[in-house]
Formats: sequence, structure tokens, C-alpha cells
Amino acid sequence: MNAPFEGIGASVRRKEDLRFISGRGNYTDDINRPHQTYMVIKRSDRPHAKIISIDTSVAMAAPGVVAIYTGDDFANIGGLPCGWQIHNKDGSPMAEPKHPVIAHGKVRHVGDPIAVVIAETKQQARNAAELLEINLEDLPGVATTTDALKPGATLIHDEAAGNVCYDWHLGDADAVAAAFKSAHKVVTLDLENNRLIPNAMEPRVALGDYDRHTGDYTLYTTSQNPHVIRLLMGAFVLGLPEHKLRVVAPDVGGGFGSKIYHYAEEAIVTWAAGKLGRPVKWTADRSESFMSDAHGRDHVSTAQMAVDASGKFLALKVHTVANMGAYLSTFAPAVPTYLYATLLAGTYTTPVIYVEVKAVFTNTVPVDAYRGAGRPEATFLIERLVDAVALDTGIDKIELRRKNFIPIDAFPYQTPVALQYDSGNYFATLDAAMKAADYNGFPARKAAAAAKGKLRGIGVSTYLEACGIAPSKVVGSLGARAGLYEVANIRVHPTGSVTVFTGTHSHGQGHETTMAQLVTDQLGVPFSQVDIVHGDTSKIPFGMGTYGSRSLAVGGSAMVKAMDKIIAKGKKIAAHLLEASPEDIEFKNGNFSVAGTDRSKSFGEIALTAYVPHNYPIETVEPGLDETAFYDPMNFTFPGGCHICEVEIDPETGVTSIINFNAVDDVGRVINPMIVEGQVQGGVAQGIGQALMENAAYDASGQLLSGSFMDYTMPRADDLVNITVGTENTMCTHNPLGSKGCGEVGAIGSPPAVINAICDALKIRHMNMPATAEKVWSIINGRSAG
Amino acid sequence: MYDFAYEKPASLADAVAALGHEDAKVIAGGMTLIPVLKQRLNKPSVVVDLSGLGMTGITVTDESVIIGAMTTHATVAASAAVKRAIPALATLAGLIGDKEVRHRGTIGGSLANNDPAADYPSAALALGATINTNTRSINADDYFQGMFTTALEAGEVITSVVFPIPAKAAYVKFKNPASRYAMVGVFVAKGPAGVRVTITGAGQNGVFRHIGFEHALAAKWSADSLTGVATSQDDLNSDIHASAEYRAHLCNVVAKRAVAAAG
Repeated sequence: MNAPFEGIGASVRRKEDLRFISGRGNYTDDINRPHQTYMVIKRSDRPHAKIISIDTSVAMAAPGVVAIYTGDDFANIGGLPCGWQIHNKDGSPMAEPKHPVIAHGKVRHVGDPIAVVIAETKQQARNAAELLEINLEDLPGVATTTDALKPGATLIHDEAAGNVCYDWHLGDADAVAAAFKSAHKVVTLDLENNRLIPNAMEPRVALGDYDRHTGDYTLYTTSQNPHVIRLLMGAFVLGLPEHKLRVVAPDVGGGFGSKIYHYAEEAIVTWAAGKLGRPVKWTADRSESFMSDAHGRDHVSTAQMAVDASGKFLALKVHTVANMGAYLSTFAPAVPTYLYATLLAGTYTTPVIYVEVKAVFTNTVPVDAYRGAGRPEATFLIERLVDAVALDTGIDKIELRRKNFIPIDAFPYQTPVALQYDSGNYFATLDAAMKAADYNGFPARKAAAAAKGKLRGIGVSTYLEACGIAPSKVVGSLGARAGLYEVANIRVHPTGSVTVFTGTHSHGQGHETTMAQLVTDQLGVPFSQVDIVHGDTSKIPFGMGTYGSRSLAVGGSAMVKAMDKIIAKGKKIAAHLLEASPEDIEFKNGNFSVAGTDRSKSFGEIALTAYVPHNYPIETVEPGLDETAFYDPMNFTFPGGCHICEVEIDPETGVTSIINFNAVDDVGRVINPMIVEGQVQGGVAQGIGQALMENAAYDASGQLLSGSFMDYTMPRADDLVNITVGTENTMCTHNPLGSKGCGEVGAIGSPPAVINAICDALKIRHMNMPATAEKVWSIINGRSAG
Repeated sequence: MYDFAYEKPASLADAVAALGHEDAKVIAGGMTLIPVLKQRLNKPSVVVDLSGLGMTGITVTDESVIIGAMTTHATVAASAAVKRAIPALATLAGLIGDKEVRHRGTIGGSLANNDPAADYPSAALALGATINTNTRSINADDYFQGMFTTALEAGEVITSVVFPIPAKAAYVKFKNPASRYAMVGVFVAKGPAGVRVTITGAGQNGVFRHIGFEHALAAKWSADSLTGVATSQDDLNSDIHASAEYRAHLCNVVAKRAVAAAG
């Protein structure tokens, strides 16, 4: 009987799902340590206020209280570090005010920690927290960048004049100005990208532990990148040497970027565990998640495209104001700059581009990378602007896109905004998506809907994004305070089974399956004989974690490099056993054989020989079969594709229903098509959520209005349709797998497809997200311009 | 939640006695009370669980549908007898919350809580229901007294609800996209209590009768009768999900759809 095919291209069922869906996952909150204490955080319910006094005496005397800490206790401890420094137009560095672990002197957003109470039980900690006597003096607050930039606006940080974090630009302003002068037409569009709250299914949790005998600290935390947390917290906040600090991120129930960052709670529980000599555990309740997990998006932009008489794009000019929130989260400054402005060529040959980005502090939760991070904002801007150009010039929106696509033979393609695309075929993804969506049959469907009194629209988004941000040298020159390589250790056991220690982290993506398939493919080891280990700094080599759809393109490439070393060494061992030259050994389907003969040794025999080196080339080859490779990519990868959305609007209520959604993406080499389909569907669901319903609502002063699921609209199954996913792949040319990444394409490509469809249905030029029923109804009834 | 005592009495008399404690709280299905307790928005001394008292089940007579106070929404939604007698009531029950909520939440709990966006109050008021308690029978017209406010007195427990069977009725719900409570829910009925149109979710004071719609439909039972009949925005909710203006508009659209559904 042949073994089932479980290598590259097989839709193997996710091996991790059994434990997830049967309640046997090991999440951070499942971990409990002996003599554990519980921490509850007293958070600000004011957007902006002076801390006049905090009296802890009554709370401290409450039953079970072990300790209470305030900002004073952390005054001499480093603030939460920012991992990316942006420079202003004049070359000066951005304003980088301290982000205190616990608010000190002032609170700057609803949710800012004021004090923590640690007690024997969570209930006691909660009870005592209510006894804290906190005297705050309200200051004026601002929620929007528009208000924060007004003359005389309240100053959030003394170090950031006018509330500006940085004023940055990219591209050639003079060339754009010249092109605008001679252009046939300049099309202008003002747009906003709505703020989102990530809402991972698992709230954040942190558990600090300290062994007083060894001096070792352990932090269990809900993180996408435990080594990054160890470095940031150890080196920059608490001053703990890395060999004394272990960070464990076990099963993690969703991140979408929100679990990349180093959060205050991690530092507090670790520090407090050392102070108290007892483990300290904090588990966010859902309300805390809304006001303390980094939010996403929140841009206000003006985009202008200059075109010639034929519709050819001549120049693009963009001005964006990005909301940073009250403090700089770990990678926040990079999102509206290097993950956004560099993407503004999209799939088009626009020859000159100039972008200005102003980042602004407000009294809101800090904003950072959220699924797509900068690229959804860029894609929404470009793909909306292209539709506006089509409307203003009268050129068909498909024809306009084809006219401006980067030609198939133009790769590698250097954009005017720093990036060089290695591969892609935007015509193929557009054609396939139009076919899948029955684009040509749309007029008939529209007419049928009209007969029922409904408004149909169809929207197209031909997007491009950049994944696997790299190489380290380049990102370092752009301000990153981290490397962006990845690492894998392939440990072959004596009987031939394999454990992979990867620096990436799976928090829903299915790495345990995809990566095992990669080993099965490369080493011929059965799928069942491969395990993937991630998430524990005491086990895995120093890796950078998972975000930016990098795990396969960067982490998988590191695995391939390490497996290449395994195969090379195996060939030497096989050559010795088979009395042949290593050059004559071929490795195929898990067998080392002498080329042109039937003499061979299985992978398992070679592994056993490596660990029982009785008959072994010991003079030239070390025993063992255990290899590590670090891989620093040459470039980003550039997934892209076409999303087509068809909507039907009920003009009486303004309710928009998604009728069809077709995604055809180019994600490079696919290991597991089922997992890719799931990733794209999940991303599209979030993109539809952003387009139709999700919105972090604040009042003008910074009071959070959408602080629970009663008011923050998450997309649900009944809001969606079956999202049809296809791929038309071109291979990444610079990594050994050819993979580009699929984690974010859904969230990046879909929002403009939805809004383009709605604008098509309503025959309007633009509307901002989310397209709620009331907004759509107001437009239909002429009460609002959208 | 704060600590509290828990009692599960075996008789109505014991339940009433337990409710005599200061700050005692009744729990039926707990679909509102439990989240409220978890958020520490309520601090009861004792929680009195009615689930040991029976009070479940549905009886249908020629004139009415009688539903025990502890009957779950799922039971009502699935009841063939209710579907025959007052299909709108079964439809309404099937639109409450999600499956989990419908298997825990009860009709008595919903009416006792009188959430301004709950579904059942609209049916009770439109059909002219009678709310039976351990001490008396209360007409729906007298029962609803503003949001989260009812005619129930301290220690008074709903035992059953009697819905007169109408000639025609329908419930259409426009859901709040986030909470899935009614943003505007309209129950229309032509029954023993006359033509009635009640609206839940829209009003600042909870469920209310729409007299303008009632007059129009009493003159002629047709969706078209509602065309141009206005809804005052004065007492309507306005929040991040819908302005008062939009809610007023929805009242008309949803009411028309309800009349069309009622046939």
C-alpha cells in the first residue's frame, strides 16, 4: 500500500486542530505555577488626566493582598521600547517620548495602567483594586489626528511639539510636481482608513515566574515572537541578562499582529515575580483587550493621480496623517512609512511617486501593525483612487488597470518607492478572478436584482503586497532596531524521526502541519515522524517570530537551508557505507543511492549510523545529524492578486449583502492548499469586517465608545458568503522555496473590492469604511455625500 | 463578580421567602444577570435560582397560548403548537440571541428584565398578553413601565404568560449588527386587543405602541397604509449604530415588512 502523499501540495489535515477543538490546547492561561499570585490592573477610565495622588493604604490592607505597585515603582525602570526609528524630512529623529510601564504623572488613554494589585486570588485582587483611592485631574483629550494637529490642541507629551511624532516623506517631489503640471488630468480623492481592534479569540495573558535558587526568570506570555520579547524586555526594560530569562509562548489563540509587541503587563509580572519571589499571573478580560491591545490602521489621506489622455498613470502624490495613539507601540512608526508608502506603486507602472506621512499622538490606545499592517491602507488608497480615475476619465475600470499593470516581462521591476518586485503576473490573476466571478455575466445579474428593487455592484481590487520584510541590512538602514532573518534547527533522531526547532511561531496558521510537510517533502521522512517545536526560548534558536506573512518564505527557507546541510552530511555518510564518492550519491524519496546503481541506504539507516558511528568516516565527518541554518532573505516577497466582490444593497434599509467574493492570489509556492485557502478566507473575512462593520469608535475627547462586542461589530459567519479562493502563482525568485506568503493577502486585497462594489452599486465616487447600513442609506437618500 | 449566596428553592413559597433578603436577585436563564455580575455591575446578597420550580411548558387553548415563565426561547421557537397558533411568536423566539442564549434564556426572565431592545416585550404588548405572577395577573398594558422597569414588585415572580391568539401577527427584527439585539423590532397584530403595532429597540423608554401605525392599519390592513406615516424621533435612541432619524425611518420599513409577513 502506498503511503498517502503528504509532501508539498497536499492538503493534509491540520494536526494541531485536534487538541485545539477538543479543549486540550496548552494556552498561557492553562499554565499555573506553585504559590502563584494574581494581578489585576487598575486602568484609566479617562482619556487624558493628571495623576494627583494614589492612596493604596486601604487597598493594601484588604484580605489577600500581596503587593500594590504604581508608576512610582517603575519610575527608574526603562520605558517600553520602540523597535523602529523614523527620521523627519530634515533628518532629525522622530519624537520618541517614554512609554512608562505604569502611567507616571499622567494618564494618556482610556486603558492606561494606573496601578496593579497582586493578591492570593484574582477575586481578592479585584476587590482590593476597587479600594484604591485615585485622584485624577482631567485634561482636555483628543481622539483624532485632525483635532490633535489643531493649533492650541492639548499637548500629550512634552517631547512631541504639536503632537507630531514625525513628518516623513519618500519619493521625488519635484518630478511629481512636474508631471502634475503637464498632465491631462489630476484625479484627487480624500479617504480615511478606519481604526480597528484586533480581537484575537484568546485575550492576552502573562505569567511571570522567578527561581530564587538559580536567579532564573520565566515569562509565559501570549506572544507571536518570544525571542523578541526576551530581547526587548530583558535588555531595554528590566535589565535582565538573556541567559537568565526564558520566554515561553505556548499555544496562542490568534494574534493578527496584536501579539507581536512587548506589552507593559509582561514586564510588570516578570519584575514583580522577582520582587515577591512568587509567580504573578495576569489574564486580560475582554474589556481590557479592547482598551489595551494595540489597535490597527487609522489613516487620513489625500491621494492624487496624474494621468495622460489615454489613462496612463503619470504620477502619484499622497499625503497621509497616521494616528499613533498615546504612545509608540513596538513597531508602530514603521507601519505608515516602510510598510505603507513603499507599497504605493501597487501593481502599476506609475513612474514617479511622492508621499508625505505625518504621525500624530492622540489620547487613544496605541496603534501598531494589524493583519496587513500598512499594506491594507496602501491598497485601499490605490485601488479606490484607480476606480476614481476610471470614473473621472470614463475609462472602463478593468481596461484602466490592464493599461497600467506592470508588464509580465518587466520583472524584476524597480518601483519609484524603493521596492523591487521580483515576480508577478497581474494579468493572470485578474483574468482568473474575472472568470471565477463571472464578471461578464454581471450586467444580467444587476438587471435581475434591479427588478427586485435591489442595487447590485461589482468591485475589483488588483492589489500587491510585500511580505517577509527583509533583508536585515536594508531594514536596519531604514530604522529597524532588529534583524529580520529566520532560523531553523533540524534535529534528526537516531531512528530517523525529525524534530524541527523553528524561530517562527504558530498562533493559528498551522505551522505544525505545513512545516512538517516541508520536511516530508525534502527528507522523505513520513509526516507522522516529524514534529515542529516553537515558542520557547529555552528550546529554539534565536528567531524573530511570526508576522508579515514571513513564516514560510523566511522560516521555511531557513528550514530548507538546514535540510540541505542534513542531506549533504548524509551523502558523506552514505558514500562511506556504500563505498562510493559523495559526489556520486543521489538523495531522492528518502534514499541515498549511488547514481546509476541499485545500491542505496535509507534516511533512517544514515541517521542511525550518524548516532552509532561504528562504521563511519570519523576522520572527516562529525557524528550526529543535527543542523541549524539562519536565513536572511535578499528581498521582500511580493504576493498579489485580484479580489472581486459583488454586493447587493437594499435601498430601503441601506443594508449591504455580499453576494459573491472571489479571490485569486499569487502566493508563490503552496505547501498545503487547504491551509492557504483557510488563511485567505480568514483574511477576507477580516477585510469585509473592516469594509462593512468594524470601527473603533471614540468620542472627541478620547472616550472609547466601542469597548465591547455589544458595540464593536465583528464579522460573523452569517455576514459572509462562501469566499472562493484560487491561486495563479508565480514563484518568488530569491528564496529556495519560491513561496511568497498568504497570511495577509485576504485582509489587504479585500476592503477596496468591497467598497468599489458599493460605490459601483450606488453610482458614487467614494465612501469611507465601514459602509454601515445607516451610512449607505444616508447616501441613497442624499443626506450624506459618503 | 462579587461573592454572593446562592439558593435554589424547591417551591415558589421558598423562592419568595429567599427574595425577602435585602438585595436579593432572581436568576432565571441568567443571560443578562450573569454578564452583569461578571462585570461587577450588580452586587446581590443572594441569587435565587428559579430553575427548580418547574414553570416550564406550553399550553395552547382555542383562545390563547400559555407559556410557563421558565420556558426557554428554544422551546418556544421549536414548538409545533406555538407555530400553529401564533407563528409570529415562534419566529420571534427563534430570533433571540444565538443558539446558546436560546437554550438558556427564558420568557419570564426576558419580560422581568424588560431590556429596551429585547424581543418578547413587543409580542406581549402587541398581543395584549397577561403576565401571571405568584400574586396576581398583570395586563401587558400596565406591565411595561420604561426601560428595565416593570410593574413587578419586590418578591413578585412571573409564573406564566398568556398570549391571546390573534387573527394575524408578525414580528420582523432589524438587528443591531454588533449585539444582535433589536435595533428596531416591530410586532404587528390584529387580534382580540385590536390592531396593535409595537416597537422595541428604538425607543429610549423601551417597548412602545406606535399609535400612528395602528390607526393607519386599523383603517386598512396593508403595508401600503403605512406609507408616509411618520415616526417621531423625539424619544428614539441615537447611538454609534443608528441615529434617531435612521431608526425612525427603519420603524416604517420594518413595520411594512411585518404587515406583509402577517399577510
